[in-house]
Amino acid sequence: MNKVTPFDHLVLILGTLLMVTPIAIAVMTSTHTAADIHVNGLSLLPGGDGIETYSTVLTHKGGFTGQVTGARMMMNSLILGLGFAVGKIVLSMLAAYALVYFRFRFATAMFWVIFTTLLLPLEVRIMPSYQVMAELGLLNTYTGLIVPLLASATGTFYFRQFFKSVPDELLEAARIDGAGPVRFFIDILLPLSRNMIAAVFIIMFVYGWNQYLWPMLMTTEESFFTLMRGIKQILQVWIGSQIPDYNQAFALAVLALLPPVAIVVVFQSWFIKGLTESDK
Amino acid sequence: MASIDIENVSKIYPGSTARSVADIALNIKDGEFIVLVGPSGCGKSTLLRMVAGLEDISEGEIRIGTRRVNEVEPAHRDIAMVFQNYALYPHMSVRDNMAYGLKNRAVPRPEIEARVAEAARMLELGPYLDRKPRALSGGQRQRVAMGRAIVRQPAAFLFDEPLSNLDAKLRVSMRTEIRRLQKRLGTTSIYVTHDQLEAMTLADRLVVLNAGRIEQIGTPLEIYHRPASTFVASFIGAPAMNLLDAEIAGNRLRIGDEVLDTPVSGAAGKVTLGIRAEDLMPADRGLSFTPDDIEDLGAQRLVHGFVAGQPLTLVISPATRVEDCRRLAPKPGALHVFDTLSGARLDLHTEHDSRPVLPVGQGL
Ligand SMILES: Nc1ncnc2c1ncn2[C@@H]1O[C@H](COP(=O)(O)OP(=O)(O)OP(=O)(O)O)[C@@H](O)[C@H]1O
Ligand SMILES: [Mg+2]
Repeated sequence: MNKVTPFDHLVLILGTLLMVTPIAIAVMTSTHTAADIHVNGLSLLPGGDGIETYSTVLTHKGGFTGQVTGARMMMNSLILGLGFAVGKIVLSMLAAYALVYFRFRFATAMFWVIFTTLLLPLEVRIMPSYQVMAELGLLNTYTGLIVPLLASATGTFYFRQFFKSVPDELLEAARIDGAGPVRFFIDILLPLSRNMIAAVFIIMFVYGWNQYLWPMLMTTEESFFTLMRGIKQILQVWIGSQIPDYNQAFALAVLALLPPVAIVVVFQSWFIKGLTESDK
Repeated sequence: MASIDIENVSKIYPGSTARSVADIALNIKDGEFIVLVGPSGCGKSTLLRMVAGLEDISEGEIRIGTRRVNEVEPAHRDIAMVFQNYALYPHMSVRDNMAYGLKNRAVPRPEIEARVAEAARMLELGPYLDRKPRALSGGQRQRVAMGRAIVRQPAAFLFDEPLSNLDAKLRVSMRTEIRRLQKRLGTTSIYVTHDQLEAMTLADRLVVLNAGRIEQIGTPLEIYHRPASTFVASFIGAPAMNLLDAEIAGNRLRIGDEVLDTPVSGAAGKVTLGIRAEDLMPADRGLSFTPDDIEDLGAQRLVHGFVAGQPLTLVISPATRVEDCRRLAPKPGALHVFDTLSGARLDLHTEHDSRPVLPVGQGL
């Protein structure tokens, strides 16, 4: 290791500024009134309107039906994010468990098929998925929002690699200790995968939270709108001479940031361990 | 507690045609400590794992007690195994590691606690019961692995090189401890090692394996004193037994131009002559020896050299001068004669009693 020089600090400070400034601007701007923003543009200093804007955003019933509040949208996003993360983890762990620990024909071939779908982005299969859901009558339901996207090649791949790194002797010791396949999975494998689960959870939660295209297709009822759609919605109210509610859009964007940040902060120590080392 | 009978067992791994374990027959008495020893890849672990139920038995039958176990799950074979890397559950405390197998068998909780406490006392693990394996030294982990086996009170212990990850000193003390525990519990044990010293000190009976086959079964001393083949002779004992190309001619053994005084019965022809390094002594008459290199081990010296152009090693006391070793004579009854082609022991009568090679009293 070289000695840390002032230049290193300079680079780090510049990097930090680059990352933090846009967020700071968003937070600060959201505390000004819409008119103020329209006239003066973005702002780096706090305005006096913060509390009012945020309470409006969270509780004001907006939209065409006048039913949907920011809090409601936030809840929808949370349901989507959590449903995604939990569902994907459960499914991919089970799939990886079968691939690694059970000898069945074409297991390797099957793994590679799953692996190849990693390369296909969601958009490729979005139309067929939509059609299936539509015919099952699952449009405008949480089930329809979450279930079709649960199969996760990324998750399966991560868990497969992790399970392969668990020493065989552990399985053998457990077999001698009288643990069957279910016991082994619950008592041994699950606790050992803790860090991996945390890592996959964060990635998948943020992925679900940020979904835009799929919820837009799947939901037409406003009570199912997510935050990501809400932000867009506000900026679209550009009718006549009305000024869009910039302040509310910024407030929503800031609110949309909070849960992923909270989750990363909570899980970060596990997250880093999960990605860098396997617990011996 | 049970006997273990291994009847003509073979293992053919899927995708291979060769027998990794070939036609092994071995009857282990109740309470006996059997050590399987042999070079790497000879099939020791495979045989042990077939007894444990971790590998299918391709041919033959294994019985634990009187019950045939070929189709029985490892959990129901009433055995416990200690692995080379210990295979402790990393996320469980020492206590839970030991208790896990009992919990799965629905042993009542007070009983589990009593057994764990007893094992912890026996292995001096008391202070560590609530620690995770990660926070233990190698020797302590090894004890936990032993404890996990003991609390089960199985019919048999199976050990697969349990000490090979420990340093030399710890290995010696754990060795004695395992031996002591086994005698105290009286549990039938099969122990795999490639360390011949471990094998000699632990075993009631030793099974020497070579390329999937049994070369010899016997007590450590039987095997040391009467190796059944050149393979066993060179594998058991350190330094390895000297093996020389020799010839029987006129009731005498000839090594090149050298002739040994000891008369032997047996058909004339080429043989392999085995003499342990510690069975050779400086003498007035005998094989002429050209010393080449000396290793001083403190308590003894190893002298490497040549007899009739063939390498030979000799153990002498530090007090003996190498210059005195120009001529060597074997101790009475210390000659081993093997068939040159098959390597099998030839039981020739060497009449050392009637005509001693050395005057009585002479020695190292
Ligand atoms: N899963 C397997 N598939 C095919 N062949 C195997 C398998 N496991 C072991 N073998 C072969 O069987 C033979 C015996 O292996 P085994 O592991 O029993 O040797 P070992 O005596 O325990 O050696 P070591 O002292 O190195 O542990 C070896 O030749 C090995 O290549
Ligand atoms: Mg082995």
